[in-house]
This record gives sequence, structure tokens and C-alpha cells, in this order.
Amino acid sequence: MGTHAEAKTITDAAARYRAGVLKYAQMGYWEPDYVPKDTDVLALFRITPQEGVDPEEAAAAVAGESSTATWTVVWTDRLTSCERYRAKAYQVDPVPGSPGQYFAWIAYDLDLFEPGSIANLTASIIGNVFGFKPIKALRLEDMRIPVAYVKTFDGPPTGIVVERERLDKFGRPLLGATVKPKLGLSGKNYGRVVYEALKGGLDFTKDDENINSQPFMHWRDRYLSCMEAVNRAQAATGEIKGHYLNVTAGTMEDMYERANFAKELGSVVVMIDLVIGYTAIQSMSKWARKNDMILHLHRAGHSTYTRQKTHGVSFRVISKWMRLAGVDHIHAGTVVGKLEGDPNSVQGFYDILREPANPVNLTRGIFFEQDWAGLRKVMPVASGGIHVGQMHQLITYLGEDSVLQFGGGTIGHPMGIAAGATANRVGLEAMILARNEGRDIWNEGPQILENAARHCVPLRAALDTWKDITFDYASTDTLDFVPTPTAA
Amino acid sequence: MKLTQGTFSFLPDLTDEQVVAQIEYCLKNGWAVSIEYTDDPHPRNSYWDMYGAPMFDLRDAAGIMGEVQSCRATFPNCYVKVNAFDSTHGVESLRLSFIVNRPKDEPGFALVREEAAGRQIRYTTRAYATDKPEGARY
Repeated sequence: MGTHAEAKTITDAAARYRAGVLKYAQMGYWEPDYVPKDTDVLALFRITPQEGVDPEEAAAAVAGESSTATWTVVWTDRLTSCERYRAKAYQVDPVPGSPGQYFAWIAYDLDLFEPGSIANLTASIIGNVFGFKPIKALRLEDMRIPVAYVKTFDGPPTGIVVERERLDKFGRPLLGATVKPKLGLSGKNYGRVVYEALKGGLDFTKDDENINSQPFMHWRDRYLSCMEAVNRAQAATGEIKGHYLNVTAGTMEDMYERANFAKELGSVVVMIDLVIGYTAIQSMSKWARKNDMILHLHRAGHSTYTRQKTHGVSFRVISKWMRLAGVDHIHAGTVVGKLEGDPNSVQGFYDILREPANPVNLTRGIFFEQDWAGLRKVMPVASGGIHVGQMHQLITYLGEDSVLQFGGGTIGHPMGIAAGATANRVGLEAMILARNEGRDIWNEGPQILENAARHCVPLRAALDTWKDITFDYASTDTLDFVPTPTAA
Repeated sequence: MKLTQGTFSFLPDLTDEQVVAQIEYCLKNGWAVSIEYTDDPHPRNSYWDMYGAPMFDLRDAAGIMGEVQSCRATFPNCYVKVNAFDSTHGVESLRLSFIVNRPKDEPGFALVREEAAGRQIRYTTRAYATDKPEGARY
């Protein structure tokens, strides 16, 4: 690859297929005139080419290495309809404000992919190509999944609408909490936290990502204790309650065994971690669909590849893959909490998970129009360092169809776990009531909470404890088309 | 106990003025309001009795509030809830549902445990009220 690549496909067949090495652009992977078909899978990459590699050739190389190409010419291409199978880089733009980085738009023919397989889709799109030497860094920013391909996936087993109907909970975000400390509690003590939090007013409690089956608490102990707690709380309140029983395990066989036990015990929801892998997620999705179970996904591990702006896979792409793969809940950021997330990007993820279709929206980082073709909606989960004092901000940023999870913000309440849960629930309901009445909750939020605290001592105590806690750090994964606002 | 089904059950009971404000919000969004009542508060009782059909064509909050009051007057000792139905494609379900009337005394639920194999327990939630026949529960 050189600086002055002749970025043109060689059309003479004999010259094109002579043994040796050609530039990717010469092999036909750079087609600036190509008009993507409605059935093409489209991908947008952020490419940082090595010094001396021109951006079109780099884009062509990415197209080549993520589809049919190898490093040298092979005559066996001629036994195939290779022009169709070659991915085509069709546009390259410099990234605004980031010298040396380019957006490369690449189209893939639908026949390159196995129906209904995230593993197969990703094996091409993020397969070998991310380690390719002529590219210093590479990031998959966004994808357009054509309707023809969307329709080969089952999508979420339950979806937002059915989840709400099943739980009989409408008009407000759901409330959850992760049991803390996440490691070390015995089954009986763990269930105590679940019972207190659910009885106090939460809809869900949750296992943490790394609570599986350890010496201090084997999984069956946890399941039995948690379901006693769930049922006790259900009887105490007359409301449906749930605990995300994490079924993550070392093998699929173990996961199925755990999920089946959760079902036998009457749980409404089971949980998996992103680290189990795309195929395991799709298998558990199928299981959940067959067993009328809500499937919660904790995005454990994602920051290893989503956070840095120049290399990896954007979480908006992971959101799309997970909606296709079929999960009902996914952690998608809080904006205001302790974990990474710029407000516009996070709202973009929420749009991808919840809307029937997404228009292009560069201010939220959405580069492609995406029609979800009736695929069910995923409930985004906001979890990590949030508290009731931020209720107006959470509702404004994240809307109604979400699960707000206050772990420390429930269990760390000075009056106890149930009081912490009550504070969250009262704060939430008061804010929704006020919003529906037409109040400007963004500005009046703190006052609305103060007023609600007059009839709720636990809310008063929560506000006094946490009202000044914020996590105001600059985001790493920022957008290229808008200045990044800070959270609060 | 206080049954905490519905969107606003953790707040003090809503005043009529507050109920009207919520109904106005529903109408502004183009949702159809309906009223349902029951004397079986089991959390999985999906089908409360309808106090008339959803009011697709009644776009006046005061009029709907009149229906709420008439339902309360007819069934003072039942749970009454106001629902808002959104027919938008991809939703076609409730968007808001809140209790506007409850019996004077709410005895709550028993948790029935049936000991099964191993350490398993099969759970049943039973409303004390439904021990009595329909109509004589509260």
C-alpha cells in the first residue's frame, strides 16, 4: 500500500487475476459510484490509517478483509460471483475535528450472511479486519441492518409492551436494585436484601454480573432464597415482583439447568451476561421465548471495546445486535451516574433499543436510517451510581420505558433497605405525576422532590444523604457532530 | 396493607383535581380512557370488570371524571382504576393505569407455601377478600 494508490478497479480480467499482490482498491473493494441496495448490510467504520496509507485504500482494505479478500490475488475468485460477494467501500469522509481519521461507508451483499446469526454477521464485520496492519485503529461506529435481514431474527422474547402487560406496570419507569455487596453474602442474607427492597417498593432486584455459583453461595441456594423473598414481597404488596436470577455459567448445559430451575420456582425473569457470547445469548433468547421468561442482559465486558473512540465497536452497534439477538433488558447507560456515557450518545442507544424505526440523527450518533420491521422493543436499564435526587434528570434523559436501578441508592439508605426503596418509588411517582400535569420537571424537579418528601420521611432522608452527589467527568466516547454537554 | 398496583399507589390518594389533570394528559396524547373495577385484587387478575367500554370518543376530562365518580358511587367498596389506551402501532396497549378508589379495609394477601421435593416450595398468593363470594368481599 502506498501513498499514491491508483484507487481504481482493474477491469481487464487477465490483469486483475494475474498472480501477485494488488491494492485492495484495484481489486474492486473501492467503488465510489456504488449505490447501496435496500437489501445491503451497511457499516460505517472510523479508520485511522497508518502513515502513508491513503484513506480510500484503507477503506477498500477494510471492505476486503471483512468480506472476500485475502492479501494476494487468488484465481479461485473466478469460480464465484465475486463481484457480488465483494464488500464495497463507497464513501470516505474525514472525521470532523479529528485529523488522520476517516469515516468509511461499506456495503455488504445480503448473501454474505447466514440468516438469524449474530455470530456469523460479526465474524465478517469485526472478524480479522480489526487486527489488519495497515490500519492503526479501527472502530465500527454504526450499521444499517436491512429489513430482509432483520426479519430472520426473532428479537426480544418479551419486549417492552408484553413485559408491562405481564407485570401490570404502566406509565412509569420500572425500579430495580442490584444486591450489594455483590460478593460474599450467604443465600439467606442475600434473600433478605431482595425481600426488603421489593417490599419497600421496587419492582425488581438483580444479581450482579459476577454472582454465579461461588463457595459462599451456590446458585440453588440463591434461587431458593430469592424466590421466597419475591413471593413474600408479592403477597405483602399485591404487586408482581421479580428478581433477575443470573443464569450465567461455564457451559450452555449449566445455563439451561439454572434457567429451568428458575422457571420451576416461578421467576418472571432470568439474567445473562454479555460475556457469554453472541451464540449463547441467542440460545438463551430462544429458551426465554419458549418459557415465557423476561431475559435481562448485563453488558459485562462491553467497555473493553466500546469506550475508546478510535478502536473497537460502538455501543450503538452492540444495541442493534442485541435487539436482533433478542434480549428484553439491556444496560445502556445512565448519563448522570458513575459510568461512562455522554447524554446524546446514550439517548441514541435508547432510541435504537425502543423505537419502531430510527431516522438518521447525527446529534445522537445515528448514521443510518433503520427500520426495525416490527421487531419487539428492548427495555433499556439505567444502572450505576444513580440516586433519587436525580429523578427529574433521569426521566428527562431516559423517558418512561426504562428500568432505573438504584443499588447503593436503595441499600445504602440511612433508614434501611425498604426505606431506600420507598424513597425511590415515591420520588419516581411524584415526578411522573408532576410531568403529566405539565410541570417543567427539568427545572422544578428538586422542588417536586422536596414537596413529595413532606409526606415521606424516607425520601426526606435520601435527599439529605445524596443530594450533592454527582459524577461529572468528561466522556471518552463523544460524538463528532455536536459539542458534548455535561450531565448536570 | 395498601395495594400498590397502579402508577401512583405510593403517593397519597389523588384528589379529584389531580385525577382530572392525569385524564387531561391522556387526552392530550390521544389515548382512550377506560374505567375498571374489581373486588379481586390478585396481582395476576388481568381482567377487572369494565365500567363501560373505553371512551374512545369522549374527549372531555370533566365528562370522564363524571364516569369515574359514578363508578365510585356504584362500587364504593371496590378497587377502581383509570386506564389510558394508546392505539399507536407498536404500542397498542396501556400507557397509564392508576387506582382512584379502594375499599375502606384492605386485608391483603396470604402467601400459601406448599413444600415440594428437595428444598423447593410452591407459592400461591391468595387474597383474603376472595375467600368470600363475589359481591360480598369488602
